[in-house]
Amino acid sequence: MKYFGLIWSGLFRKKLRAFLTLLALWSAFALLGLLQAVNSLFNGGADFLGANRLITQARTSFTQPLPMRLITQIESVPGVKRVSHSQFFGGKYQDSSGFFPQFAVNPQRLFDTYPEWVISDDDKRKFITTKDGAIVGKLLAEKYGWKVGDIIPLNSFIWPKADGSRTWEWKVVGIFDGRNSEWKKRTSLMYLNYGQLDEAVSPRARGLAGVFVISMNDPKDAEKISAAVDAKFENSADETKTQSEQEFQLGFARQLGDIGLIVNLITSAVFLSILFLTGVSMSQSIRERIPELAVLKVLGFRDRTVMLLVLAEAFLLCFLGALTGMLSATLLTKFLPPEFPIATDSRVWITAGICVVLLSLLIGVPPALRALRIKIVDALAGR
Amino acid sequence: MNDINVPLVEIRELTKTYVRGKQRVEVLHGINLDIPAGDFVALMGPSGSGKTTLLNLIGGLDSPTSGLLKVQNQRIDDFGSNELAAWRANTVGFIFQSYNLMPVLTAQKNVELPLLLHDMSSSERTRRANVALELVGLGDRSRHKPNELSGGQQQRVAIARALVSDPSILICDEPTGDLDRKTADEVLTLLQELNRDFGKTIVMVTHDPKAAEYANRTVHLDKGTLVNEAAH
Repeated sequence: MKYFGLIWSGLFRKKLRAFLTLLALWSAFALLGLLQAVNSLFNGGADFLGANRLITQARTSFTQPLPMRLITQIESVPGVKRVSHSQFFGGKYQDSSGFFPQFAVNPQRLFDTYPEWVISDDDKRKFITTKDGAIVGKLLAEKYGWKVGDIIPLNSFIWPKADGSRTWEWKVVGIFDGRNSEWKKRTSLMYLNYGQLDEAVSPRARGLAGVFVISMNDPKDAEKISAAVDAKFENSADETKTQSEQEFQLGFARQLGDIGLIVNLITSAVFLSILFLTGVSMSQSIRERIPELAVLKVLGFRDRTVMLLVLAEAFLLCFLGALTGMLSATLLTKFLPPEFPIATDSRVWITAGICVVLLSLLIGVPPALRALRIKIVDALAGR
Repeated sequence: MNDINVPLVEIRELTKTYVRGKQRVEVLHGINLDIPAGDFVALMGPSGSGKTTLLNLIGGLDSPTSGLLKVQNQRIDDFGSNELAAWRANTVGFIFQSYNLMPVLTAQKNVELPLLLHDMSSSERTRRANVALELVGLGDRSRHKPNELSGGQQQRVAIARALVSDPSILICDEPTGDLDRKTADEVLTLLQELNRDFGKTIVMVTHDPKAAEYANRTVHLDKGTLVNEAAH
């Protein structure tokens, strides 16, 4: 600690250069914090999902619907407690910016398989009995100011009505919330009663489900049940793929591309630029201070001590940039709307810590070695 | 005060050869010199005579090619880099022509630098630095940075830094080379007082005959050899 003042003053010897370098590091680490928070979400963000549910989709793709009649066959598989179905509706509200997820479901089966949703018994009953009824997540209702009784027109880009119209009107019969903070954050969606969809859609599209949600008696049987369900429809016209809900969600997100790879590539590109920038800045700073470092050696500082002082300066530079950048990213994620549930968790901070150490070594070692090799007599003579 | 008859620095057949590319240049040829404790010696000679090289060897900034170099009865000619660094920290104070202060540190922090190598508390370092600054007449300038001080004041800070760890020997390389006559005389008077009142052994390289007059004796070098010696 007694050398801290010396290291600090060396770092801020040229204030503008130090400030600009720190600014670059700050932006790089703020970006790292945000990108890795996104990455962290895709790599483990579905942890909250129940381990006692499986999703069965068409083997080829989840966009390929399955016939509704499979539901009873799936329910006959030993270990299956209850099966619900869900159809992605793909409706837009008002204009293209008003998009939020909506799923057409059998209300009773939804409540049976998703006990995480909290809704009053009265609203539950209305949803079950109202063919054109819809229940709205609390966050979504707050966003649009919807209340029970409102009629919500949705323009579906997937499901036209039998008469060719694409505008569907849904009556809000209830507002639901999540049972804990994780589920509360995810109430920006809407469930529609499958009754109206199945009745009004073109005859060819009737009796179809997007995916089936299987609730199990015992999560330990997940593998066995998955295999049994898929085996049941093997070599049929409706081959299935059954996986855990978590895998399904992550797979859905990854339809956009390998998010992790993209995020890591962007992060690497940013850090490569920062490496060159801070590396040049650090080397230039040390080059200018060769006589001063030589004077330290004159005073009795050992070669190794001077080398470590330079390395410590590189570390301090990266640490300050990382700390401010990561704090900014953390602050920013706290103010993001709930539909962006990203957070700079401990995994992101550990990644940032590793980056600080690596970056410090990469930018610090070359000038530190130069400092180690300074010959006092030559440096003082300006050679 | 030290006994002036005991040689603090003992030099025998000292040579120094530099290798520059394929060329070998012998800068010092078999130097023999004794510097008693408490002496104030001026090293003079034309450019390239080897006076700074000799000064660097005495101060442990460089190692001789051959010969014997003893300081305080300790052979430093075969010291390694780390041993020399530790020896310098405990034994020698350096004063340069261009002051060589850290521009970002205050006068006090500059003076404290050598004390970082000693085991002492921060408050003790500050206390000793302030005492050294008082000694050179800059007690009221401790918070100033070098660019806020005149050349003479900067050199006084450098002297305070050289003194603060109480070294046995002060090595001065053209300490007044960048100063005007009046300021130079003030700095030389200060060095003389340090020699006379505190018994500091001083070895000073200078081109200036007037500066050399402040020393007890002058040793002349020419082409790497001692040519004559004169007491004042």
